[in-house]
Amino acid sequence: MAVCVAVIAKENYPLYIRSVPTESELKFHYMVHTSLDVVDEKISAMGKALVDQRELYLGLLYPTEDYKVYGYVTNSKVKFVMVVDSSNTALRDNEIRSMFRKLHNSYTDVMCNPFYNPGDRIQSRAFDSMVTSMMVQVC
Amino acid sequence: MEGLTLSDAEQKYYSDLFSYCDIESTKKVSANGRVLELFRAAQLPNDVVLQIMQLCGAKRLGYFGRSQFYIALKLVAVAQSGFPLRVESINTVKDLPLPRFVASKNEQESRHAASYSSDSENQGSYSGVIPPPPGRGQVKKGSISHDTVQPRTSADQQEPASPVVSPQQSPPASPHTWRKHSRHPSGGNSERPLAGPGPFWAPFGEAQSGSSAGDAVWSGHSPPPPQENWVSFADTPPTSTLLTMHPASVQDQTTVRTVASATTANEIRRQSSSYDDPWKITDEQRQYYVNQFKTIQPDLNGFIPGSAAKEFFTKSKLPILELSHIWELSDFDKDGALTLDEFCAAFHLVVARKNGYDLPEKLPESLMPKLIDLEDSADVGDQPGEVGYSGSPAEAPPSKSPSMPSLNQTWPELNQSSEDTAIVHPVPIRMTPSKIHMQEMELKRTGSDHANPTSPLLVKTSDLSEENKINSSVKFASGNTVDGYSSSDSFTSDPEQIGNNVTRQRSHSGTSPDNTAPPPPPPRPQPSHSRSSSLDMNRTFSVTTGQQQAGVVAQPPAVPPRPQPSQAPGPVVHRPVDADGLITHTSTSPQQIPEQPNFADFSQFEVFAASNVNEEQDDEAEKHPEVLPVEKASDPASSLRVAKTDSKMEEKTAASAPANVSKGTTPLAPPPKPVRRRLKSEDELRPEVDEHTQKTGVLAAVLASQPSIPRSVGKDKKAIQASIRRNKETNTVLARLNSELQQQLKDVLEERISLEVQLEQLRPFSHL
Repeated sequence: MAVCVAVIAKENYPLYIRSVPTESELKFHYMVHTSLDVVDEKISAMGKALVDQRELYLGLLYPTEDYKVYGYVTNSKVKFVMVVDSSNTALRDNEIRSMFRKLHNSYTDVMCNPFYNPGDRIQSRAFDSMVTSMMVQVC
Repeated sequence: MEGLTLSDAEQKYYSDLFSYCDIESTKKVSANGRVLELFRAAQLPNDVVLQIMQLCGAKRLGYFGRSQFYIALKLVAVAQSGFPLRVESINTVKDLPLPRFVASKNEQESRHAASYSSDSENQGSYSGVIPPPPGRGQVKKGSISHDTVQPRTSADQQEPASPVVSPQQSPPASPHTWRKHSRHPSGGNSERPLAGPGPFWAPFGEAQSGSSAGDAVWSGHSPPPPQENWVSFADTPPTSTLLTMHPASVQDQTTVRTVASATTANEIRRQSSSYDDPWKITDEQRQYYVNQFKTIQPDLNGFIPGSAAKEFFTKSKLPILELSHIWELSDFDKDGALTLDEFCAAFHLVVARKNGYDLPEKLPESLMPKLIDLEDSADVGDQPGEVGYSGSPAEAPPSKSPSMPSLNQTWPELNQSSEDTAIVHPVPIRMTPSKIHMQEMELKRTGSDHANPTSPLLVKTSDLSEENKINSSVKFASGNTVDGYSSSDSFTSDPEQIGNNVTRQRSHSGTSPDNTAPPPPPPRPQPSHSRSSSLDMNRTFSVTTGQQQAGVVAQPPAVPPRPQPSQAPGPVVHRPVDADGLITHTSTSPQQIPEQPNFADFSQFEVFAASNVNEEQDDEAEKHPEVLPVEKASDPASSLRVAKTDSKMEEKTAASAPANVSKGTTPLAPPPKPVRRRLKSEDELRPEVDEHTQKTGVLAAVLASQPSIPRSVGKDKKAIQASIRRNKETNTVLARLNSELQQQLKDVLEERISLEVQLEQLRPFSHL
């Protein structure tokens, strides 16, 4: 269950960012922002290999004491960043991967929409509902 | 609220409007669609309308009393004149023009307004004291629902003349055609007598009332008339055509009336059938949609690409966000293109949205692509805007199966779930290399969804081949216990490993008694025997010299016994020349079944060589003639024999080393080695390949004469080389030692000489 989900465009501006509504939402935004550096580092690290050989799932970007940040990048350099609560130890790597896969699928659905201009903020309701299903259910 | 002062013209105008809005003639106009339509037609922004309603007190009241209504109308005029909306402005603003209500009635209104404005202003006849009303919201909703009912039921017929004037209204005071472009209020008007259906729509209306109140106003509009407008807006700027249409319709009220009556009849009929599914597409609508589809894509079975659809729907002037949502709903298969069904669904949604319906979160079932026809489709029941994927349509799906939507929707989940299960599927892990290998391969396979299925398989096969090389039987057992997923791997590895085993066995069996008869191969019980009998194996065995190592490599692990120890039993073997020798030869060879059938040959060869040293040429000579007759016709064999004999001769002549072993080894030194080895390989191949039988026969005959010592060729070679090395080392050591000793001897001798000299020198003294 993610605490914060963000979709970052190729130019490193957010297309979609959504957090569990807490008072420290800004902190999540900062974490996502700083994790972009790690993402870039990881992308460039395997830049020698062809892009399609590069794995899309980047894995744990960096852990803090409270949260873990996972990254995923598509072939068009659109990045998905997910912040997960560290206390959620039951969350396995495979589950994170499946969540990213769902994100990717929904993102492609959004892109398929002719009314969506790439680079716009994502306002699709279907995408929202999918992200909601992945977020921590805060009562 | 201060008193409202109205001019006479205003008064008259307002009263007309009020009577128009006052449907039930209760002197109270509930905040129903009529009023809202009116306000809408004023072409004021939503918030202004709301503000007006609040100001006039209808919000508090929950309905429009006459005074509220008049106030509201005045506020409309104020707003339309551009003055800020204030309660005070009602009376302060002088010389307000009459509130204008848009669209078709423009001309009419202007006429009326003109007539009214001629009057002088009057003081308002009443003051607005408004008692606090109950919650406006519900009333609003009720009105909305009422409105919803009317237009919805009136929606279904096709009206060439878009504005419909209610027959009830008096012609002069009938600014009903609240027409904005693409609005069709009068359809609702004609429904006034059919207020019955109101309650039915209530739930639907309430569900819809989540949207802004203003939007709800438009719920009363039927899709078909907007279609007419759409025709226009799709092709030309909408308003102008609408306006041009309206005057004509307004003028011809009689025809409108008839149409209205027909509309009424139709609506009554439609109402009963369609009230439970607000999203149903009627035939006319459907036909219209299909026609529109054809304009973009002539082939009805084809697709409309996303860009074309985007242009088309952008003309509807809906906000992009809503269009985007409509697209998401209607593009069922998420392919970025619209089929006919998808297009109709999208069109219908746009129409509904234009009329004020809220867009549903999920595609209503009646709009799902699988539906063909609508009227007879099973009603899903009262699910106003939230019809989910429940139930199934009565008609057969044209191109998409009923399960398709669920398939489509659950496809991502299915994907993930299957992958999840595959990934999460517990793989029994045993801490054996094979297990870990299997698991790794499995993860590789499942992890790479998009990757080539062949690549992990290739990895798998390579891994398996490695496994084969390592050790077969143990891995086999472990591999079989793996879960079904990797068991297939183990199964595939089975034949390979079996093949290997069989190969080994086969090679042993190759040296079985069958080798005497060239043609019939030894019995091959194992099914994969054919594999082992593949040309590869034969070829490896047929290859000479260095390849022999390869042939032996098939059984790498087992190290053949060293030639030296085997040489002991070597001489034990008798040396009959005929088949007995062969039999013995072969009998001994199976003893070394483990891996080295060549042992027999090699050791025999060694013994042969050794015996050659001991024996005289005559033996060889014996053998040669024996071999000759045995041999069918093999020049190479004979040459080999000759070469062999020559080598033997060389051995004898060169023999100087005391040990037999060394002698035996030296003859096996490199020069004769190739020859010898070749002979041996041929011997081995004898049972396996018919073509080599001749040579092998020769060899067998030759070797039969020799004590058959089980040796492996390779082992012997290595042993020989090792012994050679050792001997050389020993030689050098001894030589060094010798030299040292010589040196010491020299020294000692010198000392002795010196001592003797001394003695002699001292002897004369002793004499004294």
